Amino acid sequence: MKKESGAKAIPLGLIRKRKRLPVLVNLTPSLVWYVLFFGIPVGLMFVYSFWKQVYVRIIPIFTLENYVAFFTIPMYPLLLVKSLMMAVGVTLASIALAYPAAYYLALRIKKHKYMLMLILWGPFWTSYLLIVLAWKLILGYNGALNSLLIYLGLIKEPLTALVYSPFATILALVHIWAPWLAFPIFVSLEKMDKSLLEAAADLGATPRQAFLRVTLPLSMPGVLVAVLFVFIPVVGEFVTPSLIGGPGGIMFGNVIENLFHRGTNWPMGSAFSFVMLVVVMVTAILLIRRIGLQALMESL
Amino acid sequence: MAVDNISFQVEKGSFFSLLGPSGCGKTTTLRMIAGFEEPTSGELYVGGELMSGVPPFRRPTNLIFQHLALFPHMNVYENISFGLRMSKTPTDEIRKDVTEILDVVHLSGLEKRRIKELSGGQQQRVAIARALVNQPTVLLLDEPLGPLDLKLREEMVVELKRIQREVGTTFVYVTHDQGEALAMSNKIAVMNGGRIEQIGAAAEIYERPSSPFVASFIGRSNIMKGRYVDGEVFVDGLGRIKISSEMDNGSSVLVSVKPENISLGRELTELDNTFKATVRDAYFQGANTSYKVELENGFALSVLVQNVHGMELFGQDEHVKVGWNREGSVAMAL
Repeated sequence: MKKESGAKAIPLGLIRKRKRLPVLVNLTPSLVWYVLFFGIPVGLMFVYSFWKQVYVRIIPIFTLENYVAFFTIPMYPLLLVKSLMMAVGVTLASIALAYPAAYYLALRIKKHKYMLMLILWGPFWTSYLLIVLAWKLILGYNGALNSLLIYLGLIKEPLTALVYSPFATILALVHIWAPWLAFPIFVSLEKMDKSLLEAAADLGATPRQAFLRVTLPLSMPGVLVAVLFVFIPVVGEFVTPSLIGGPGGIMFGNVIENLFHRGTNWPMGSAFSFVMLVVVMVTAILLIRRIGLQALMESL
Repeated sequence: MAVDNISFQVEKGSFFSLLGPSGCGKTTTLRMIAGFEEPTSGELYVGGELMSGVPPFRRPTNLIFQHLALFPHMNVYENISFGLRMSKTPTDEIRKDVTEILDVVHLSGLEKRRIKELSGGQQQRVAIARALVNQPTVLLLDEPLGPLDLKLREEMVVELKRIQREVGTTFVYVTHDQGEALAMSNKIAVMNGGRIEQIGAAAEIYERPSSPFVASFIGRSNIMKGRYVDGEVFVDGLGRIKISSEMDNGSSVLVSVKPENISLGRELTELDNTFKATVRDAYFQGANTSYKVELENGFALSVLVQNVHGMELFGQDEHVKVGWNREGSVAMAL
């Protein structure tokens, strides 16, 4: 309303131009960044994925060979499915840890809750690599966990299956991501009108019913944001599994990394990246559609 | 302490209001009935049952929140049926009850609407229906009309009274708006500073305020302070006025005269108290004209004159007479 009344004095065209200019100025840096470091590389990869490599030479001839390879060699789809399952595991375990913490901080604590939230973020401020290496020490053959179990007399010989396993990968990833996840959940619980819980109680809902019918559904956008934040990067993980995953803990991301890095088959690596991208995007879209993009963004 | 030493009874099926300025403890009192606050001492009975230690979800009361607190993730039907679903009422019974209450609050056909898609007045009605459908022993209302604009508020006052008559539930209504309280209530408790100042029927509270606070809070009274001697009060800066009640000679008293009990005209006859005055302000309000007048000795009075047909209107600086009969005033010992 205010803008309209202010516009009356000057011709409308002028106003439009004047308004458009700052918008462009504001957007330009991020737009340049986005195009240079996301748009162009992704476009290049897309083109590469339809080329082929012979020894060290990339031959720019259109072929579907790389995509065919993915679907005809069973190891690749299986590894992708395994990566998805591990990502689901990491996400679920992280939420199971993060939700109660976020709930407690948002609804039960009155004093210092923002400070406590900051402290909860502690692991996130530690180097990613340090966390993974710390788990290597804890889970290793002569590690802290084996020593403890032997000391307690629960085992005679150190367990070898602890480190270098999918389990170790999941553990480290949960450790890294859980504090992150608490944040969007905390925000959506904080934003919830607390009188809704009183209303639920007033209408005869026990604390458990009130949680299931009111708190949980209203915090779902935050949970979903958390899921997207964790699930997507974890599907493509390759550092953590290569450090403590061992041969059995290999994920699809390791395959792609090998194709780019050691195997140097960039076209195939590009194609595999795009397969993963499509799978992750479809999952994300299905999840977002359950809540709606707007509700999701508003919960951030 | 928000509330101190209050005691009252609400008659079954009546419309009872807790009226007072913000911070007077009326909402705390309501929340104690609902079970969200525990009194540190004293007892609370709802329908003859002692409520000490009973959590809100087991009380036979339902509260309509100031900001309604409708569930944003549920539609109208799901909101209204919430209480019945919590008490595990059979589905067909829920459907019947919800349909019935939707009819009472005039919302039939809007079952599937999201809360966001409703107007302010419709949201009010959903909140009322959501509480009433549980057939509470007492319905508690915490200034539910506050967020509405004036016209809608006036409509809802009529609506609330109609709904209360129709369902016959006991209503306990919290408000700072004396107009709402006077229009709807069978009985009003005027609260101030955590205490109840006066309990009575609307007309009684309005006509016969028992304390200076009630006199000044209800309506816009002209308050005069003075000393009582033999049926008259010597008011500081005004002079002698006659009052109807007997007080102790020499005691300090407060006299309250409602603006509508004061007559204003060129000539006034046969009034107990008459003064010459000058009009300082005149606000024409349609049905009434509100005057601010100044007496010869500088004392200011508010006068409200009903604009009956042929009534003379006075403008600024016109000289008039004002007066009232002793029955038109209320005197309180200080």
